[in-house]
Amino acid sequence: MDNLQLLLDGFQSAATPTNLLYAALGVLIGTFVGVLPGIGPAMALALLLPLTYGLESTQSLIMFAGIYYGGMYGGSTTSILLNTPGESASVMTAIEGNKMAKRGRAAQALATAAIGSFVAGTIGTVLVALFAPEIADQAVRIGAPSYFAIMLLSLVLVTAVLGASRLRGFIGLFIGLTIGLVGLDLSTGQARLTGGITQLVDGVDIVVVAVGLFAIGESLWIAAHLRRQPLDVIPVGRPFMGREDWGRSWRPWLRGTAIGFPFGALPAGGAETPTFLSYVTEKRLARDRDEFGQGAIEGVAGPEAANNASAAGMFVPLLALGLPVTATASILLAAMKTYGIQPGPSLLEDQADLVWTLLASLLIGNTLLLVINLPLAPLWARLLQVPRPQLYAGILFFASLGAYAVDQNPFDIALLLVFGAVGFAVRRFGIPMLPLILGVIIGPLMEVKMREALDISDGHLSGLFDEGLAIGVYVLVVLAVVVPVVVDRVRSPRTPHDQPGATTEREVPR
Amino acid sequence: MTAAAATPLALRALLAALLVVASAGCGVTRGEDTRDLLMIIPNAPGGGYDQTGREAAKVMEDAGITGGSFTVDNVEGAGGTNAFTEMLGDAGDEHTVMTVGLGVVGSLYSFGNDARLGDATPLAQLISEPEGVLVPGDSPFRTIDDLADAWRADPSGIAVGGGSSPGGPDHLFPMQLADTLGIDAREVNYVSYDGGGPLTSALLGAKIDVGFSGLAEFTQQIADGELRVLAVSGEDRQPQPELADVPTLVESDIDLVFLNWRGILAPPDISDERREELIGYLEKMHETEAWREQLEAYGWTDDFKTGEEFEEFLAEQDERVSSTLEGLGLL
Repeated sequence: MDNLQLLLDGFQSAATPTNLLYAALGVLIGTFVGVLPGIGPAMALALLLPLTYGLESTQSLIMFAGIYYGGMYGGSTTSILLNTPGESASVMTAIEGNKMAKRGRAAQALATAAIGSFVAGTIGTVLVALFAPEIADQAVRIGAPSYFAIMLLSLVLVTAVLGASRLRGFIGLFIGLTIGLVGLDLSTGQARLTGGITQLVDGVDIVVVAVGLFAIGESLWIAAHLRRQPLDVIPVGRPFMGREDWGRSWRPWLRGTAIGFPFGALPAGGAETPTFLSYVTEKRLARDRDEFGQGAIEGVAGPEAANNASAAGMFVPLLALGLPVTATASILLAAMKTYGIQPGPSLLEDQADLVWTLLASLLIGNTLLLVINLPLAPLWARLLQVPRPQLYAGILFFASLGAYAVDQNPFDIALLLVFGAVGFAVRRFGIPMLPLILGVIIGPLMEVKMREALDISDGHLSGLFDEGLAIGVYVLVVLAVVVPVVVDRVRSPRTPHDQPGATTEREVPR
Repeated sequence: MTAAAATPLALRALLAALLVVASAGCGVTRGEDTRDLLMIIPNAPGGGYDQTGREAAKVMEDAGITGGSFTVDNVEGAGGTNAFTEMLGDAGDEHTVMTVGLGVVGSLYSFGNDARLGDATPLAQLISEPEGVLVPGDSPFRTIDDLADAWRADPSGIAVGGGSSPGGPDHLFPMQLADTLGIDAREVNYVSYDGGGPLTSALLGAKIDVGFSGLAEFTQQIADGELRVLAVSGEDRQPQPELADVPTLVESDIDLVFLNWRGILAPPDISDERREELIGYLEKMHETEAWREQLEAYGWTDDFKTGEEFEEFLAEQDERVSSTLEGLGLL
């Protein structure tokens, strides 16, 4: 428990009144910049980092931690309220959270996101403090075959979110996978599906796709129906989480943390796969699966926790190996270097003081985020009371600004409109959004890992199987495919076909 | 812009404020007689071009060499092809410069773009940076000869990794090394990683046998013994203490010097006087103590050339890259 003592020492040097003030300031600024669409935590940090330069090192660390958590939370706020995720990891939050907001439960969605982030961030940071070197040692052993297997598992689980019509679900999935193919083939340098447009050779940015499909597509859809349908005013709703919300949230928070942290700690983990896995898990475990897609609180609580836990896990390779695994991590790495922290295997021995101060600052930043943002949640929620034409005008404006902010490239605005049109079309034809966006996110990640595994084995299929973990996950994949079929077979003879219960049972998408 | 005219003033103020935040670091309109310059960087903040370009701009700004300030704009995409195309479009613009390097040469070929660096106005090469041959700490290869023997015996059995896509420096280096060792470059099993981070984790986890990369990102892992360097590709050994014992390829009787390099170009069709003036700025920058310190901090080799010498160098680079890629059947 030496580490715990060191962490307490870290708290001692971090938690002075002046420092807390800087942390609070960081959280506030971080939240407000993070709320701007298209500005995910990575960009929020990059933009605000210079603010911390003039301060002495402890103060800059703690303000920086506040900006970091503020930026992350700000991203989920726009996802929930405006359906415009600022980075791929908050796409899941947008899907369920925005539906909640439409039902007048924005305050609850924001609250469960804030508390879930707090719980996950705290557990994650403590785990980093206690076990970073040990976890890092194990994590680098995990290679491409295992990543591929895990992503295959995710793809198999996509079938759980196909929606009522499997055909439409698969159409959505394949549209998504096709969008994911656009860009440069990493192994051969061939440009794919770019139509000779050089702006497309790096692929399409996931934020542009998601904002186009979600926000622009929906605005067009609403505009197309505004005359024919009466305006249903979004109900005000309760300001805070009720007892039932708490009861439905705490398990997803913990499960999300358990899924997100190990992924974040992997050198190529990222937050996309765990947020998605958490969503699917919650859907499977939920008592009322049909509420998913209509605004189920579990679908916000789980993925938000997974996102934050994986963000905390990211510090494992960053501190213990000096490896930045995400865009946010690269900026963190640059920031830590300016503060005189040189991450790497010897960091925890050489510069223990700074590291423990950093970890303590992260915990403090996380706590302040909760303290500051929880009271703000009902205020944010009232944003949705803006009359609909103005609200959607605002959404269109922020969505375009966000798409432009990603790369400051006017081409992305055109692309945004194209995906807006796609978003309108898939709504028109009843193609579910979730498999589509998952195809866009998981497809390219999976391809990279498959190519890497096969490249290493020089093209032999055995390259996909030569890790223990990979084989274990493949077993799960097989179980996920076979078990439902077997269960169906065993059950069906006993249930007569004309019984209504039996038909609904089979309708339940897996 | 008609829509903007109709929006209330307050909203427009907000819009303006947001745009300033969102586009911090973006280009601004420059008058004809200003002394300010725009520096285009062809990749993301934090990458090699970014480090070189930003440090050069900062040194010139701090020392008041240009008499104005610099705006740095990262134009990402297609390994620098997008940025270069954009700069070619600014023909005659005398207030823009761009950082380029070996990777941009390769990308222009591999993206089938017919433009060549020589189409712009070459100003100066600033630095070169040797690459290194990296293996995991517990690798059976102790020397570059061990690797060479194993590689010759089974060219496709050795998984070779690099942090760039085909055509980039980390890809060209192992191909030229294989060629020098008498191995058919087409048999080399090259695994492409998305930058130094993923490459490091593949090496630390011993997923690949050997990695090829610039060494600046790896000094910490090398100092800690997690990674070892079998050889460096420069003319001389590297000055950093943790690399001082590593032999060059030439010392190990492998006749290859491979240098990644970076330099500065201006758009085409600028006046000769302006070209001379811009080169003059870079020459002054090169003389400063601050630049010397940066070279040392990043482990860059001082490899400054301007004018005709630089133009010839660019032509020779085109030749070398295209012949390597042709040999691999990638062109």
